[in-house]
Amino acid sequence: MFSATRRDARNRRVERLFRAVFLFMTLVLIIPVVLILAVLIYKGAPIVSFDFLFKPPTNGMTAGGIFPALLGTIWLVAVALIASVPVAVAAAIYLSEYAPDNWLTRVINLAIINLAGVPSIVHALFGVGAFVVFFRFGTSILAASLTLAVMTLPVVIVSTREALQGVPHAFREACWNMGATRWQTIRKVVLPNSISGILTGVILEVSRTAGETAPIMFTGAALFLPFLPQSVFDQTMAMSLHLFVIATQVPGVPEDLPYGVALVLILMVLTMNITSIAFRMYLRGKRKW
Amino acid sequence: MSYGQREVLRGVDLEIMENEIFGIIGPANSGKTTFLRALNRMEDFNPTMRVAGSVFFNGRDIREIRNVYELRRRIGVVFPLPVGLPLSVYENVAFAPRLAGIRHRTDLDEIVERCLRRAALWEEVKDRLDALGSLLSGGQQQRLTIARALSQNPELLLLDEFSIAVDPVTTMRIEDVLRELRSEVTIILVTNLVQQARRLADHTAFFLSGELVEVGVTEDFFTGPVEDPRTRAYVEGRFG
Repeated sequence: MFSATRRDARNRRVERLFRAVFLFMTLVLIIPVVLILAVLIYKGAPIVSFDFLFKPPTNGMTAGGIFPALLGTIWLVAVALIASVPVAVAAAIYLSEYAPDNWLTRVINLAIINLAGVPSIVHALFGVGAFVVFFRFGTSILAASLTLAVMTLPVVIVSTREALQGVPHAFREACWNMGATRWQTIRKVVLPNSISGILTGVILEVSRTAGETAPIMFTGAALFLPFLPQSVFDQTMAMSLHLFVIATQVPGVPEDLPYGVALVLILMVLTMNITSIAFRMYLRGKRKW
Repeated sequence: MSYGQREVLRGVDLEIMENEIFGIIGPANSGKTTFLRALNRMEDFNPTMRVAGSVFFNGRDIREIRNVYELRRRIGVVFPLPVGLPLSVYENVAFAPRLAGIRHRTDLDEIVERCLRRAALWEEVKDRLDALGSLLSGGQQQRLTIARALSQNPELLLLDEFSIAVDPVTTMRIEDVLRELRSEVTIILVTNLVQQARRLADHTAFFLSGELVEVGVTEDFFTGPVEDPRTRAYVEGRFG
């Protein structure tokens, strides 16, 4: 009774064909990632060492280490986070928990979407005009980090809002019915259950920020500095800019040096992304409702 | 009362006495739940919901009250969908007392135990008060919701078909508790179980298709004189 007919056999063949095609397409997208990593490791690994990470560049940046650039990237990302995360989380809380459905809210959402679409070079020029010149911070870590912060705002706002919306509405109503204000409800129930989602979004955004070149190029990052930054008003070197400089601007650079820098940068990004994914997987196991 | 353009309830004129159990019966979509939502200004949560007319609580128009949070603290609500907050069982029941400013651990302990006992849940959770409320079973979460409502020490208790998520034995235990509470609390009980209204309610209102058909002494609906024949038909199960 369940023996295969001619039509069944053909359907099964078509099914297998399409499954193979979709699988192939998926594998194809892994290839560039694997290739990039493979090439970087092959060509860059030999040069990466303790000295490479913790010593400054020498010989007109054709030799030595990358320590100032590494430290600079960490400075830039840290200050950018301090500036953007509180503002973004507060904005997301307003949009998710308080904003009524009126024209103002729609304008705000439109502004966020547009901000997310601004090219990074335009962010760079905005940074120069606003932070370097108008606020008179000069080219400094502060100006560069604030430029980066403005760039990361939309993404963190959206991911925070999604984390907040992930908390079921029924919980809020149950609290409101007991006489809690919106803020009491947010503080005791909504926010504690969104922190994990918020952190995941922030970590992912950090990895993107670490690799940005244009926004920091004119606002605070320098091609070469013989000293380390002492405060947010100093200039600094940065990994992304350093890579660009030694790969294209400096003559006589040995071949493996740029690969080494790129490898370290990629590993930084990969580590943060994997941390974010692992964290999210850990959270999925800890279902709270 | 209406949601957007859709009118769901009209022509309701009711007076509910202090310290009585007031039942509201009627088939689905007759406006019973909507009516309940107006009583603690739940329309504030839903921008499409509109309420025309006035609701008086202890002689004051609730729409004129400035501190609506105080109003809601004095009204306990239990809805058919059980909601355990993602806090420990203890913190679920301590939530409302903390809002009211009660801070001492011993006071909170006493309130938590008393409310969980009255909600017929104490025996099952007393050894795991730190378990997550949102991970309890449905019936336990419903009793937890009742315990939370009781923890507000409310003047008015609104129950909307509370027995849907709860087994019959527990329903009976909670009905006993409601009878005991009557002397301290005014209770409005929306139910689709006509016999439950008969057991508990002093007066009852019959809602049908968004209108108040009749209101009177509960027992009259079943055995006494009835103003509207539809009332008797409904309680006898001839429709709805």
